Amino acid sequence: MTLPEGLVVFVKASCPTCQTIVPALRRLREAALPLTVYTQDDPRFPEVVEPVDDTELGHSYQAGVEVVPTLLRVERGQVAETLQGWLRHDWERATGVPDLGDGLPEFRAGCGSRTLDPGLPERLAARYAGDRLRSRRVELGELEDVFEAMAERGWTDGLPVVPPTPERVFRMLAGSRRDPREVVAVVPPDLAECTVEKAAVNAVLAGCRPDYLPVVLAALEAACTSEFNVHGLLATTWAAGPVVVVNGPVAARLGMNSGINVLGQGNRANATIGRALQLIVRNVGGGRPGGVDRATHGNPGKYTFCFAEDEAGSPWEPLSVERGLAPGASAVTLFAGSGVQPVADQLSRTPESLALSLAACLRVVAHPKLAMTWDAVLVVSPEHARVFRAAGWSKARLRLELDGLLSIPGSEMVRGAGGIAEGMPRGVAGAEIPKFRPGGLLIVHAGGTAGLFSAIIGGWASGAIGSEPVTREVLE
Amino acid sequence: MTPVELLDPTSERQPATRGRTLRPVSLEGRTVGLLDIAKPRGDVFLDRLEELLAARGVEVLRFRKPTFTKPAPVDLRHEISVRCDAVVEALAD
Repeated sequence: MTLPEGLVVFVKASCPTCQTIVPALRRLREAALPLTVYTQDDPRFPEVVEPVDDTELGHSYQAGVEVVPTLLRVERGQVAETLQGWLRHDWERATGVPDLGDGLPEFRAGCGSRTLDPGLPERLAARYAGDRLRSRRVELGELEDVFEAMAERGWTDGLPVVPPTPERVFRMLAGSRRDPREVVAVVPPDLAECTVEKAAVNAVLAGCRPDYLPVVLAALEAACTSEFNVHGLLATTWAAGPVVVVNGPVAARLGMNSGINVLGQGNRANATIGRALQLIVRNVGGGRPGGVDRATHGNPGKYTFCFAEDEAGSPWEPLSVERGLAPGASAVTLFAGSGVQPVADQLSRTPESLALSLAACLRVVAHPKLAMTWDAVLVVSPEHARVFRAAGWSKARLRLELDGLLSIPGSEMVRGAGGIAEGMPRGVAGAEIPKFRPGGLLIVHAGGTAGLFSAIIGGWASGAIGSEPVTREVLE
Repeated sequence: MTPVELLDPTSERQPATRGRTLRPVSLEGRTVGLLDIAKPRGDVFLDRLEELLAARGVEVLRFRKPTFTKPAPVDLRHEISVRCDAVVEALAD
């Protein structure tokens, strides 16, 4: 749509300022100036100037109108001047009609353009700027059930997904300042480039709100690094999948759960951010169970596994700060996690006793006779953290104590020891074996305020041979 | 009811499919690569295979991935493709 030459005015009948300036519009018409008036609501308003019906808002949208009345002076197809609202002297100067505003007030603010009414920007973008989206359009037949059609195409994880209409994708993209065409990551196993737009389409599928998108993008970037190795994590026969731990102010802003039932269901941001990541791996990367995903069991966290750390109630520095980001920065940390093992200890009131309990339970990650190969996240609950806080134990102190308690005589770990064939090679029988490699135990604070329980999220092949936890700042 | 229009969430790739190289009729005069994916005990299987092939006069080259959790590096794949007529990749545990 190109703008007509001369003076172009956008109005709506429901705007008092537009009603006020009808005499000025009549005078412009009488002066026989080249004038086009677009009307956004009542196609007959104002009758004195034979308005152009723009109730579909295409002209207003294309011209980028934000306020009515808006006066544009168009010369050789270009907008030479823009006036918003009614400013008598400016209108008289711009139109060259010195008595244009006789009898009218000096100034009246305008009203919002209908193009900005709630829900309309994305609908208009879909209608008039649809070519900004590059994804293939899939048109469903009138008799098709949209949810069945999406499931049949293999776009879902087994649960229903939200239909990614162009309107919803435009709305999702408004959650990030990044260019929709920017490539965020190359997603395994197909090594397909994932643009911000493709991530947004999958975020819609997953049920995300637009303000979740920056977290999804950060998680995607982190997951697709060589260090994190989401390819191997997908392909492994082990039960693990990506776990997303969110730190910083973004968590509260999105209403993420770091408290009661933190690793469970019921919070939209927790549920859909983790799900969006998995749907991107599925749809963009082509990673599907039975295809490249060869998990023997998998775990329910492979639908979604995302939670926020309770920083406000924590006696310790947040995970992201421990991992090198500035305090106050929002971040995601990706961990290759295999499921949740709760730890009960309702009787320990000293840090020494509680650390012994936690160490005993951490020892069984993967297998009590295997070490160094599986990382873990220890999710310490507020009631357990209180014991460490009261005793003045820092996180570093707790880790140091756990390291000591988890240094295990090789003789207990070797193959055959305890009558169990599984175990470490016989050569380590004389050594002390640390259960976790250096940096292999992450500690976060989260959970409801009642319950002398903590939780262990076991890992997968750790470090260079498998997956390294990766932290990325969330750029909003 | 208005038809619904959706955006495709997939990569929209149409990967070019290439047929596999035909299996050699005989291994005589051929070079066979044995690729260890770096899982425990993969070497046990490949060592035995090398013995059997060598006994038949087949030239054998051994290769090893840095880790079983990641795809073979592109240089390694290229090297195998130019130096070998056939390859056996061992999965183990």
